Amino acid sequence: MSASIEIANVTKRYGTLSVLDDISLSIKPGEFVVFLGPSGCGKSTLLRMIAGLEDVTQGTIAVGDQRIDTLPPGKRGVAMVFQSYALYPHMTVAQNMSFGLENIKVPKKEIVRRVRFAAETLEIAHLLDRKPQKLSGGQRQRVAIGRAIVKEPKAFLFDEPLSNLDAALRGRTRLELAQLHTRLGSTMIFVTHDQVEAMTLADRIVVMHNRKIEQIGTPIAIYRRPATRFVAGFVGSPAMNFIPVRNISQNGNGASIDTAGLGTLDAAFRLPAAFSSEGATLGIRAEDISVLPAGQPGIPLIVEVVERLGDRTLVYGRLSDGTRLTAEADGRSEASASDRLEIALDTSAIHLFGADGVAHHADGG
Amino acid sequence: MAESYRRSHWGHGLFVLPYLTVFAALLVFPLFWSVWLSLHKVDLFGSGRFVGLTNYARVLADPVFLQALRNTVVFVALSVPTLVALGLFCALALNRTTRATSFLRGLFFSSSVLSVATVTLIWRFVFIPGDGLIPMIFGQLGLQPINFLSTAGWSLLSIGVATVWWCLGLPMMLFLAALQQIPADLYEAAALDNASRWRMLTRITLPSIARTVMLVTIIQIVMQFQLFGQAQLMTNGGPSGTSRPLVMYIYEVGFVRWDVGKGAAASELLFLIILCAAMVQYIVSNRKAEG
Repeated sequence: MSASIEIANVTKRYGTLSVLDDISLSIKPGEFVVFLGPSGCGKSTLLRMIAGLEDVTQGTIAVGDQRIDTLPPGKRGVAMVFQSYALYPHMTVAQNMSFGLENIKVPKKEIVRRVRFAAETLEIAHLLDRKPQKLSGGQRQRVAIGRAIVKEPKAFLFDEPLSNLDAALRGRTRLELAQLHTRLGSTMIFVTHDQVEAMTLADRIVVMHNRKIEQIGTPIAIYRRPATRFVAGFVGSPAMNFIPVRNISQNGNGASIDTAGLGTLDAAFRLPAAFSSEGATLGIRAEDISVLPAGQPGIPLIVEVVERLGDRTLVYGRLSDGTRLTAEADGRSEASASDRLEIALDTSAIHLFGADGVAHHADGG
Repeated sequence: MAESYRRSHWGHGLFVLPYLTVFAALLVFPLFWSVWLSLHKVDLFGSGRFVGLTNYARVLADPVFLQALRNTVVFVALSVPTLVALGLFCALALNRTTRATSFLRGLFFSSSVLSVATVTLIWRFVFIPGDGLIPMIFGQLGLQPINFLSTAGWSLLSIGVATVWWCLGLPMMLFLAALQQIPADLYEAAALDNASRWRMLTRITLPSIARTVMLVTIIQIVMQFQLFGQAQLMTNGGPSGTSRPLVMYIYEVGFVRWDVGKGAAASELLFLIILCAAMVQYIVSNRKAEG
């Protein structure tokens, strides 16, 4: 059973402090949506408002056809997995999972069936008689998910559930969550500040910043066509390079962008007439900058730090005007600090950001 | 480093020496001395001959001791559950951070800092026939006034009421400290699990503070078995010894009649009773927690 979630003009204020400002969002049944943003952007608050753990100051939230923002948490038909798992420490795994069902007087037989199904799905059937303190972090996490599954909710809410796991376990659990979503087909909302989790799990990512939604889109759209400078800088590792623009002159289908460090670049931009080069910034990802073979002329880059990641090498350096830039070289690159490299940019991958932070993309977007 | 650590190992003991000296002088030595006294015939004129368990036999055969023992057990059975339940109730009610709850916490704890003389004086004003608060209320309601402090049955109960009022602060504070250790997200998970307030109390709060409940109960058992000042000052053990507690019996035997050996034997018996009561409570609670 999965349902749509409709968030309409939701605002959250604590006294005079505004935490979320006029948020609207539609989530389709069965969709896996990730709220991504830095700490303090309001993503967890929004999730907790859907769960009923925070009041809505203004606006409405509906699950399916039913408005839920006025209902108590238990009556909303949603289940939540907490960052700390929030397992009841004095209850066994089975009791933890059946507690919610006992509270709504589900028949004993049905409780046993659902607990067994969830335990088998999550491969924790052998742990049912153990108490949480006897479980590892990963096992606790599964129990917390199991506690949500048995409720057969209309939507699952995950509040940074992987952040307490070590790197290896986090990767594996991420994969299992994706499989679980495929198997259950439920609507899932997942809050994280980890862009890898967002990129790998989400059907759609909601990037949040400073009380507002910056962009809603598929992971690739968010990565390839960030709507704002914040999204461009927040999503992607290493972060996108930003280079101040001196002047832009538009000609025919393209634009000639003049920068201090990169010189003048011609790219296929269709900028709005009102676009001003005043305060504008050019953005380009490291992977769209290539290091040229020795002897080939390009844009000079003085190397400061080299990070060898095996399959690729990240070269951190400075342009002739001192602007910092990160380029991606081949895994076999022999570049080292203080080297002078020649680089070239893929001008079709350039983004331009106006002084207001709004993005324009080289392919005419 | 490791070698110097090992060499200085015994020197570390010096840090606890001041405490150990006081502990040994004021607790361990009197305990053994009292055992020694209880096995001898001792009176005002000094220590006498070894009499074996005669003092214990005399104490156990003394109807006044048996009456005091019964009074004390009844008092503990009434006051300890009341203190635990009321302390928990107050802590639950005041487990939030508003100005009102901070004020009330302070107010409820304030009685604990009063001396026993002040407490008994206040409660004498409440119970005293004629002008006391309760007789006045009875009068207003048109009821026949009861002389609480000099009526058998009521006198011990009156001491219990004063004791609960006096001692409530500590259990409340211990429960509050325990309640604040319970992670808030357990209650959030329970809210999402459709748990009623009663289910949250019985399935989350109480199991989470079970150890503190045990601690408070044992502390109160130990404290209330040692009832003395309130009984001495409010009823002087009367009427007819119906509110005389064990410590008062020990005091009268040892320091009024100067039968020090018998008094010491009675105090050893009280020590054993307290030890047993605390152990029983500990074992029962542990079994429940494991079960």
